Amino acid sequence: MRARTLRGKVAVAGIGETTYYKHGKAPDSEFKLALMAILAACKDAGIDPREIDGFASYSNDRNDPSRIAAALGTRELRFSNMQWGGGGGGGAAAIGNASAAVATGLADCVVVFRSLAQGQFARFGQGPQSPTIQGDMAFQAPYGLMSPGQRYAMKVNRFMHDHGVKQEALRAIALASYHHAQANPRAVMHGKPLDEKIYDESRWIVEPFHLYDCCMENDGAAAVIIVPAERARDLKHKPSYLLSAAGGSHHRCGAPSHNDPTYASSNFTSVAPHLYEMAGVKPSDVDVLQSYENFTGGVMMSIVEHGFCAPEEANDFLVPENLYAPTGKLPLNTSGGNLAECYMHGLELQIEAVRQIRGESTSQVPKVDVSMVIAGPMVTPVSSCIFGSEATL
Amino acid sequence: MNATQSYLPEGLPIPTPETDGLSAPYWNGLKEGVLTIQRCKSCGGWQWGPEWICHRCLSFDMGWEKVEPRGRIFSWERVWHPVHPALKGHGPYIVVLVELPHADNVRLIGNLVGDPQQTVTIGAEVEGLFEHHPNASTPHTLLQWRTVR
Repeated sequence: MRARTLRGKVAVAGIGETTYYKHGKAPDSEFKLALMAILAACKDAGIDPREIDGFASYSNDRNDPSRIAAALGTRELRFSNMQWGGGGGGGAAAIGNASAAVATGLADCVVVFRSLAQGQFARFGQGPQSPTIQGDMAFQAPYGLMSPGQRYAMKVNRFMHDHGVKQEALRAIALASYHHAQANPRAVMHGKPLDEKIYDESRWIVEPFHLYDCCMENDGAAAVIIVPAERARDLKHKPSYLLSAAGGSHHRCGAPSHNDPTYASSNFTSVAPHLYEMAGVKPSDVDVLQSYENFTGGVMMSIVEHGFCAPEEANDFLVPENLYAPTGKLPLNTSGGNLAECYMHGLELQIEAVRQIRGESTSQVPKVDVSMVIAGPMVTPVSSCIFGSEATL
Repeated sequence: MNATQSYLPEGLPIPTPETDGLSAPYWNGLKEGVLTIQRCKSCGGWQWGPEWICHRCLSFDMGWEKVEPRGRIFSWERVWHPVHPALKGHGPYIVVLVELPHADNVRLIGNLVGDPQQTVTIGAEVEGLFEHHPNASTPHTLLQWRTVR
């Protein structure tokens, strides 16, 4: 066992969410949504909100920890942390940052949160509206390359070209999210099933992404409370222990203007080995996977780069029967994920991973001990993490 | 060679150099019909996009050199859904990522002119077209690409 590790040192004590809304439909302010999710997580954990002494988030969340601490009457603020860069790719890193703080005694009770009310602010999926543009976007926006989908489609196209991956592999990922959302009454797309025909006939957004390959944009908030492992054992829920978290990206991943040397990638090639090493598990040990869908092509490459199949096996591995709970080889996005539950910037995936260990998912996989989450692919830095049951320690 | 018309409608953000001037030689070169790319004066390596330091040898002595605008398609995408008001009702259009084999395979972004529904082949040879916008509120030039037949 390596000396420096997070394995088994902390656990998720509480999870909380607001109602999930369509983009622009939240009746509450973004800040209030953040408070509601944090209070829901405290209630779930059975702890007094005043006990929270740290906050961690990502993607430049607008809701300042000091304001939240004041609003909640937090006794003492000891940890105030923002994962730098990478947007939704920071979700698992935020869990890791909070866990590192708790494991090392910087704080005792840290909440990871994300709140989004895009109707009250700018949308992610729109291009820059300024008359002139500078820096890296100056090499892209004048050519109509502006939105996240447009930024990542060329990575996926090249990967599919290099390895012969077919559109059906991306379709299976979309079908899995929608399939699981039909069992989840919290899901925005609950009651709106997807089938192969609807997918195939849906409009292109940017090839190779159909409409259903792209995440929603939603309003809501989510929160996850991290405490020391020994504290978690005294609380009311079965603990989900953090086995590992890893973040970052490979050599020169952020080279400007699409000059990343490992371009056709979800950017997990250097991250995944660290993840498995700390956790002491291998891909075949993973019982259920939540993998951030900004676009299905990113999920496909994430699954490959986390070692669940070789690139040349993607067409055979990524079929609906392998991805559906409870019987699939690798049940995927069992709440409906960013495509069909809610685009809560991937924090809803962390919550679903915990539900799977507790046995509380609406698409429960039998006997989950190892539950993995992969945060937003194709950005930099990216991150992923693994939770384990008591049996894994 | 110059493009005879604009590939995309007017109204998209106009590229301008940063206040620190890092990319000014590139944009000024395009206006004169010349493609220039950063090249390290110390180790000779080509680098793109522009940066203040050479990532290979960490020299700050970066120069700009003229490069023949010829390359091959490294990747591409066909965009259908408009995300900017200027593009409403315009699609589809093709974005290409072009690598320059004679400059350490640095990659440039542009549009592939011609039929937007054309079949695009990774590895296809392309040549650059200077698309001048002298009458824009900020005059500028884009570099577009067309397949070499």
